[in-house]
Amino acid sequence: MKRELKILAIVVTFTLITYYLVEPFAHSQMHKHVEFRNFKYDGKSDIEEVEHKIKVAKEHKEDTTELEKKLEEKKKFWAEVDKISKLKGDATAGEGVYAMCQGCHFEGATNMGGVTPPSLEHAGALYDKKYLIALVKNPAMAMNIDHKFKDPSMHPMGSVMSMVTSDQDIANVVAYLKEKKAGEATPVEAYVEACGRCHADRYMKWTQVGFVPKTKENIKTGQDIEALKFKQKVAEEQNALADYLGKLPPDLSIIIRARSEDFLKTFIEDPQTQLPGTAMPRTGLTQESYDKVEEFLADSGDAKRHERAKLGPIVLIYFIIFAIFAYLWKKEVWRDLH
Amino acid sequence: MAHFTKAKSLYEWLDQRIAIDTLRRVLATEYWIPKNINFLWAMGMVLAITFGLLLISGIFLLMYYQPNVDLAFDSVNYTIMKEVEFGWLWRHIHGVAASVVFLIIYIHMFTGIYYGSYKKGRELIWLSGMLLFVTFSAEAFSGYMLPWGQMSYWAGMVITNLFSMGDLHLNGLVEWIRGDYVPGQAFLNRFFMLHVLLLPLVILALIGFHFGTLRIPHVNNQEGEEIDFEEEAAKYKAGKKKESKVIAFANDFLSKDMFVVSIFLIFFFYLVFYHYEFAMDPVNFDPADPLKTPPHIYPEWYFLWSYEILRPFSTNVGLIAFGFAQVIFFFLPFLDRSPNAKPAHKRGLFFFWFWALVIDMIILTAMGKLPPEGIFSKIGLYAALTFIGLWIILPIITKMEKEVKE
Repeated sequence: MKRELKILAIVVTFTLITYYLVEPFAHSQMHKHVEFRNFKYDGKSDIEEVEHKIKVAKEHKEDTTELEKKLEEKKKFWAEVDKISKLKGDATAGEGVYAMCQGCHFEGATNMGGVTPPSLEHAGALYDKKYLIALVKNPAMAMNIDHKFKDPSMHPMGSVMSMVTSDQDIANVVAYLKEKKAGEATPVEAYVEACGRCHADRYMKWTQVGFVPKTKENIKTGQDIEALKFKQKVAEEQNALADYLGKLPPDLSIIIRARSEDFLKTFIEDPQTQLPGTAMPRTGLTQESYDKVEEFLADSGDAKRHERAKLGPIVLIYFIIFAIFAYLWKKEVWRDLH
Repeated sequence: MAHFTKAKSLYEWLDQRIAIDTLRRVLATEYWIPKNINFLWAMGMVLAITFGLLLISGIFLLMYYQPNVDLAFDSVNYTIMKEVEFGWLWRHIHGVAASVVFLIIYIHMFTGIYYGSYKKGRELIWLSGMLLFVTFSAEAFSGYMLPWGQMSYWAGMVITNLFSMGDLHLNGLVEWIRGDYVPGQAFLNRFFMLHVLLLPLVILALIGFHFGTLRIPHVNNQEGEEIDFEEEAAKYKAGKKKESKVIAFANDFLSKDMFVVSIFLIFFFYLVFYHYEFAMDPVNFDPADPLKTPPHIYPEWYFLWSYEILRPFSTNVGLIAFGFAQVIFFFLPFLDRSPNAKPAHKRGLFFFWFWALVIDMIILTAMGKLPPEGIFSKIGLYAALTFIGLWIILPIITKMEKEVKE
């Protein structure tokens, strides 16, 4: 018995060492570490990103004047955002400003400059306050995709920069969103509003222009014209997105199994940290709204997780009982042998 | 026409026709196993059970899987994982068992090496076991192609590329294997056929052969003691079970096996429910994309050691080293020149050789997954050279071994 336990200890030790080396250790070496900032948006990661670029450029003895300028611009921008966040916003006054937003943001909005403006129904609940302030002030900077635009007003939402100009107006409209557009979103609403205009999810029947409608084919011809029309609408939207973003953003049906939780969190917080140069904008989700998006993605790509959690203990208890009976049988049989 | 008398029971009726009484004696009640064994001797049964799990879960998956480059990914990740009742369970059992079966195979192999169970009449047990290892490897690789994810596609690309044999540039051979210039529909279809028909048939036949090779030389024991099985069996049958050095396969050996199996199954189902990620790489949950190479391409953990023997060298040398690694284990019974069929701790230098091999293969496994940069590729190179060196010195150190007298 003592010998068997010693052998078991050796087998288990070597198995665990191998496991540690090929799983946790190897993955820690393969994936770069990105600091998670708890979905707080204060521009720190943006500034560090440019500082890092300057460091690399200096190592390669390249000209850094442009980058230095960018760094100053970012520092100034986020300092101003911080300043506006300390102003007291007036939601009633903000409603008037919000009327301008509704020119583009409404249910059933159509593609503008490559992407369809999102519904703001839950904007106050989904997005962080400082992020919203930054977004109204300068969308390209807030989303950390300013590298794509020589002139930030060329961003599809760039016109806001000439529409809402005073700091107080920004504070007011954000206060309005935070008070009046802050109803709790369901996981589906969170995904649809924050991600769904670019990312389809075929396992949830979501396309960039809405859920796939239930249609009926003509029984005599086998053709379903409504479905074909919808497909065309999706294809047109996808073309526009791909033209604007450079490629069609991936379908997120099973992204929950394809990326680690750590990757998803840090990537959504600031896409540039994990994929430098990506066209994906920062969306400004709060922790709570990220959890909702994650739940939607889990419903899509890991739908049976609750069933798995329920069945696991039952199966294990079954095999523990099985082991007890096996042990008793062995004892019984071996009584005559020892 | 043979003469049959009227049978008095179903047992007798069957016995007259297919001799089940003899079968039972030969395969179970008078199939003698040494008493002096430990739980490592149950790994064969654990493997049989794991293979059973793979077969049964595979049958369920086969009912819904679509071997089509456009449908394969979603038939696995949507149809099986979301729509089919308990499809997720069958898939996780299949995926985890495919990984765990190799862990047990390696334990089984190294048990054989440690106790010298490939020597003195047991050579064919080793050789048939090695054939099983190779066939299981092919089975695992072909199965890995089927979900048609990024790692399926790119592992398929990299591994089939090996057949161009470096500077021999056998591109025609690679195309012949793929049925196309790149992995595509023809490729998926033929690996599907291999995975669900041809290779399982070969495995079943080899399992039968492996059992057959075991029957006459009998299983080894913990001390490498030569047992007179007839004499010990006579003692057992005379009721002197306590003094006899042998036990019957059923129920004596089987009852112990089943206890080990039950502990294994607790571990196995713990993995299935709570820790399956190690067996299902995240990269393979991205659909195959011929235009996008993943940043890191690596095989499943059980192939890593031989992959790392390929990687640190230039193409041609690497391929030769890789070929060496694939076949060298077959030659173990002939490279071990020692007269002793004893456990390694009784064999002097061989004991150190054994642990050096285990540790070297673990290092190779780790380096095979890590990015081949800096210190990792250096360690990988030395570990690969050590592996080759260990096999070169094996005949020398075993030749020097003195005969161990009890």
